[in-house]
Amino acid sequence: MDFELTNRQKQIRMAAREFAEGELAPLGKDCEAKGEYPREIIKKAAQLSFVGVYIKKEYGGLGLGSLEHSIILEEFWRAEPGFGQIFSQTTFGAQELLLFGSEEQKKKYLPPLVKGDWVMGFSITEPEAGSDAASATTRAERVGDEYVINGNKVMISNGTEAKFLLVYCLTHPEATSKSNRHSILLVETDRPGYKADKIHGKMGLHASDTANVYFNNVRVPKENLVGVEGNGFIQLMKFLDYSRLMIAGDGVGLAQGAMEQAINYVKKRKQFGKTIASFQVTQFKIAEMATLIETARSLTYKACWNVDRGNIDSQLSAMAKWWACNVAVRVVDEALQLHGGYGYLDDYPIERFYRAAKLLELYEGTKEIQKMTIGRRILGIS
Amino acid sequence: MNFDLTDEQKDIIRAAREFAEKEFPALAQECDREEKPPKHLWEKACKLGFVGVFIPETYGGAGLGYLEHCLINEEFWRVDPGIAHFILAGTFGSEMILLFGTEEQKKRWVPPLVKAKAITGAAITEPDAGSDVSSVRTTAILDGNEYVMNGTKTFITGGTLADYLLVLCQTEPHAKSPHDRFSVIVVETNRKGYEANKLKNKLGLRASDTAEISFSDVRVPRENLIGTAGRGFQQFMVFFDHTRIHVCAEAVGLAQGAMEQAIKHVQKRQQFGKPLASFQVTQFKIAEMATRIEAGRNLYQKAAWLLDQGRVEPHLISMAKWYTGETAVRVTEEALQLHGGYGFIGDYNIERFYRDCKIVEIYEGTKEVEKTIIARELLGKY
Repeated sequence: MDFELTNRQKQIRMAAREFAEGELAPLGKDCEAKGEYPREIIKKAAQLSFVGVYIKKEYGGLGLGSLEHSIILEEFWRAEPGFGQIFSQTTFGAQELLLFGSEEQKKKYLPPLVKGDWVMGFSITEPEAGSDAASATTRAERVGDEYVINGNKVMISNGTEAKFLLVYCLTHPEATSKSNRHSILLVETDRPGYKADKIHGKMGLHASDTANVYFNNVRVPKENLVGVEGNGFIQLMKFLDYSRLMIAGDGVGLAQGAMEQAINYVKKRKQFGKTIASFQVTQFKIAEMATLIETARSLTYKACWNVDRGNIDSQLSAMAKWWACNVAVRVVDEALQLHGGYGYLDDYPIERFYRAAKLLELYEGTKEIQKMTIGRRILGIS
Repeated sequence: MNFDLTDEQKDIIRAAREFAEKEFPALAQECDREEKPPKHLWEKACKLGFVGVFIPETYGGAGLGYLEHCLINEEFWRVDPGIAHFILAGTFGSEMILLFGTEEQKKRWVPPLVKAKAITGAAITEPDAGSDVSSVRTTAILDGNEYVMNGTKTFITGGTLADYLLVLCQTEPHAKSPHDRFSVIVVETNRKGYEANKLKNKLGLRASDTAEISFSDVRVPRENLIGTAGRGFQQFMVFFDHTRIHVCAEAVGLAQGAMEQAIKHVQKRQQFGKPLASFQVTQFKIAEMATRIEAGRNLYQKAAWLLDQGRVEPHLISMAKWYTGETAVRVTEEALQLHGGYGFIGDYNIERFYRDCKIVEIYEGTKEVEKTIIARELLGKY
């Protein structure tokens, strides 16, 4: 066993922290207020090699693993969840291309992501298909050498900003098994018939782009199929083994940032003639937060480390995902509580962290889906 | 990083599991009911090399790490906490001699523990000194070349069985700092004036011996001092950095055993025409148990690994200690709940596990003490 990060991993963390504290955190409040997508920052981060580090060298990345990617996002989320989310999204779906895309697709679509010139997205969710992805009805019909896509998707990250999306479509409605009915198509967003409406009014993470997207007779060449026809569901599940770990890292980072803010605050704030840090109940709250974060981080790194060695353990990934995100929500709640009324105002970042956190328990598989995965596997229920 | 156990460690786990599963179940109920330590199993465990694996080969041990000691603890506790505690507590206290004893003391007192020739224990707690260790009042006054000891200790594991105990007592009552008043002295239990009364009717761990002991003018030679006079308190703090970790392993083993019992039960038990396992709430409970156990195991293995590298991180150990303790209590509670009324009847082991588990949140530092240690590290001076 060896529970230590390598020197390179430590350096990556330090560099990511420096960038996040220097470049991201100062802009957090403003960015949240304006709700504008910060293109320049993405370019800057890309130049410093923080974007898509897990993408193989031949496609422009650093060829590192999920662990390094998670560490970077952990640091970004620690400093400012709004930006953390933006960077969680920029290459979101690229792992699917790495796993199942053709050589041509990878060569064409991955390098611009790493350079920060393009961002992408993966559109799965529909109004009536959330956790139940196999019920997606967006239809892609093969006509000659093209697919014709019709339907709409909701809550799609980068729906208005993406250069292209991977779209989870129904291609084989007649297949007996629900998990053999779908395929994944790559859709460039400048194709006629594609429309995206940016969603306003999200609870948090205002600067990140989330949209409802519509496909109205969108035609894509058959070469835009990613992987195998009818295998979309299975390919999606494999993708989730990776993307869930990234979100687990996000949760660890948010929780760490929230706790550090609480620590700073309680050491300064005086009530009843002494700092609130000197109250035992405060000390116990901090101890509990720190312990939960330590468990979440350990679990996340273990799952990442396994995935990076090709040892995909869906159960472990699911554990890391729900636990780390649950820890984030619990820790940020206590951290805001320790700020008292000030925590409810946007003068302190904790208010923004609090609003951001809840998403972590919802996307990339709700915590209920994760628990279902784990429970069924242990109990041998299909 | 490397989260894998070595092949040797896996072999140790397998052997420990095999031994525990073969030997413990037949005796567990009886030993619990009659509060009877199964001495022959301790002898057998010593013979097979499960006792004191962390003891260097020079003193008869296997010269392995504390991690390996923890792995054995986990496997034994998984099958029966009471018997496991009795067997493995036989070396409890030897850590003090190994850490601070002279070569002569090590050679004299340690090897018999591994050969089933002697049992040791640590005597710290007193009726009025629990978590507040520096309130210990047992005295050892130097008289010529002997210490004369007087006082009462309680909740002493192995008090009626041990051949010798490591006793924390006041030797420098006039030292300015209360932390500088203590020393650790080895007391052979056959000395005149030593008395031990078994404490009966414990909630759990009834196969293991616990006693109230008293010293009435017990005379021990000066050579029985371990380490430095006046440094007893500090020596015990270092000692706890070791022993707290194996309590974590106890907790994880107990939780694992409780969960496995619950899994077995819910797969068999039918209600409303189907097995309990098919209800979603059952699946979620199992998923939550398994996640907590996984997180707890990771944490203690990390703490043990660091310790074996010579890197002691007291706050990490404290995190592992309270978190695994709470995990054991929570998991066992849910595991009993899943047994329904049967869980309340002594026919199933879960009733015993439920009684056994509570101690892991109490001994070797209550969870409140652990949280205090963590907070002190994180909040510094306030």
